[in-house]
Amino acid sequence: MLELIVYGIVLGSIISLGAIGLSLVYGILQFANFAHGDLMTAGAYVALFLITGPFAWLGISDKTFGPFSFGWRMVIAFPLSMLAVAGLSILLDRLLYQKLRKRGSSRVILAMSALGASFIIRMGVLIIWGADSLFYRSGLLRPALELPAGIKIRPDQILILIIVAVLVILLHLFLQKTKMGKAMRATADNMELARISGIDIERVIMWTWGIGGGLASAAGILYGIDVQLHPGMGWNFLLPLFAASILGGIGNLYGALVGGLIMGVVQQVSTAFLLPTYKPAVAFIIMILLLLIRPQGLFGGKTR
Amino acid sequence: MSECWRRIWVDSTDNIILKVEHVTVGYSKIDILHNVELMLRRGEIVSIIGPNGAGKSTLLKTIFGLLKPRIGCVYLDGRDITGERPERLVRRGISYVPQVENVFPSLTIQENLEMGAFTRTDDFSGRMEEIYGLFPVLGKRRHQRVAFLSGGQRQMVAMGRALMLDPQVLLLDEPSAGLAPKFVSMIFERIIDINRTGVSLILVEQNAREALNMANRGYVLATGRNVLDGEAKALLANKEVGRLYLGG
Repeated sequence: MLELIVYGIVLGSIISLGAIGLSLVYGILQFANFAHGDLMTAGAYVALFLITGPFAWLGISDKTFGPFSFGWRMVIAFPLSMLAVAGLSILLDRLLYQKLRKRGSSRVILAMSALGASFIIRMGVLIIWGADSLFYRSGLLRPALELPAGIKIRPDQILILIIVAVLVILLHLFLQKTKMGKAMRATADNMELARISGIDIERVIMWTWGIGGGLASAAGILYGIDVQLHPGMGWNFLLPLFAASILGGIGNLYGALVGGLIMGVVQQVSTAFLLPTYKPAVAFIIMILLLLIRPQGLFGGKTR
Repeated sequence: MSECWRRIWVDSTDNIILKVEHVTVGYSKIDILHNVELMLRRGEIVSIIGPNGAGKSTLLKTIFGLLKPRIGCVYLDGRDITGERPERLVRRGISYVPQVENVFPSLTIQENLEMGAFTRTDDFSGRMEEIYGLFPVLGKRRHQRVAFLSGGQRQMVAMGRALMLDPQVLLLDEPSAGLAPKFVSMIFERIIDINRTGVSLILVEQNAREALNMANRGYVLATGRNVLDGEAKALLANKEVGRLYLGG
């Protein structure tokens, strides 16, 4: 049981990264981004492309670091993929959502267009890489460490927790200390007043998509390192992402962080009683219960 | 809009800083303001009074570019600003405090002021201290979130935010609305202090007598039209105004 909780925290930390981005975009644009899960997929495959394509060609060493399942190639590919998906999500906004917003389209139309974008990303990945599951490094033995209390954990998983923690702290510092971060919080509070104050809203929106996309990419890669890559991986995450954001009070980033961890743990622990294939059902049931009992989330939504 | 920019309005004798010329504006097909005129001289306080639904707030929104007039022009300091977007107007020296939702509640007092200075790239800490000097209670609580402040203190934050860019003209929409009486007189005193630092003010108020008491001049609007305007003292003495808008 303890072991399932630890695995749940690893899975939950990945869900958290995605949920924070989803919540950030929702907080500022009131926009339910159904393509957010597929941005995770895009990130994972961009990293795969870099590692197996250009980096192999450039002759960057393929050796793994000590007990970990990756080496220099991944270290370089990780930030580059974050940048690439940040760019992709800004591009989607410019080509698609921004135009619809300016026309005054309803939230439903925007959500549906995001759903369409999610299909395009997913099918693109499917066409290029095929439907099979892939690994960043195949044929690698991945031994687990034995922690006290008999918990087995792979070194990769410990690192995943550390990377998520670092990213969350960086995001926190960005939002609290920088001018753009503060402007993002201000815009989430009251976009009209932000405009009246002279804040450049379009730049705020660009940063929002960039950060959301970058975090989604990181989440996708980390899941790829922990488990595997699959064209449907991000789509399957969409339900837990929304459940985690709603759990934390949508628009509340720290809530999304906790919501993600809770979703991860609950899903993993459920496998002790149910078949693992029911994991999405567990996420769905939590979301429905929450919407019925406490729609503002455990920690309340945005302060109004 | 092109009718405005060609006719650059020059008036050096009267020291006019802001002028609204025959403005007609509305939402979709219904006009709210009809042919409204208004001017503000440098260093003045001008109060706009009138019953609910007279279009007072609409006039402020039109001046600040949140609504585009169907007909008419707005000039600031001799330049046409008709329908110009707020994010550009703030750089031209005009700031606006809406009646409601005029603060960022989840940000601290200090962060609210920083957002008011968003377009500034220089060091604005001196300006911030001046504003804390004007509202000492804000300085003491500068790292508190605005969500926890009283209505009067929120109004001070809202005014402080609008003052961060050192505007020439400040538009205030019902600053005393919903405040406890002791805060009402305090806010009015601060408005006079702000005016003394050289800011010209347009004030929309329900509290018509108070608003005229501290103003140089006043405008009376009703159903979106100019009804009367003139020296504030004259309006206060006017029997018609007294009966209709000042409560006897």
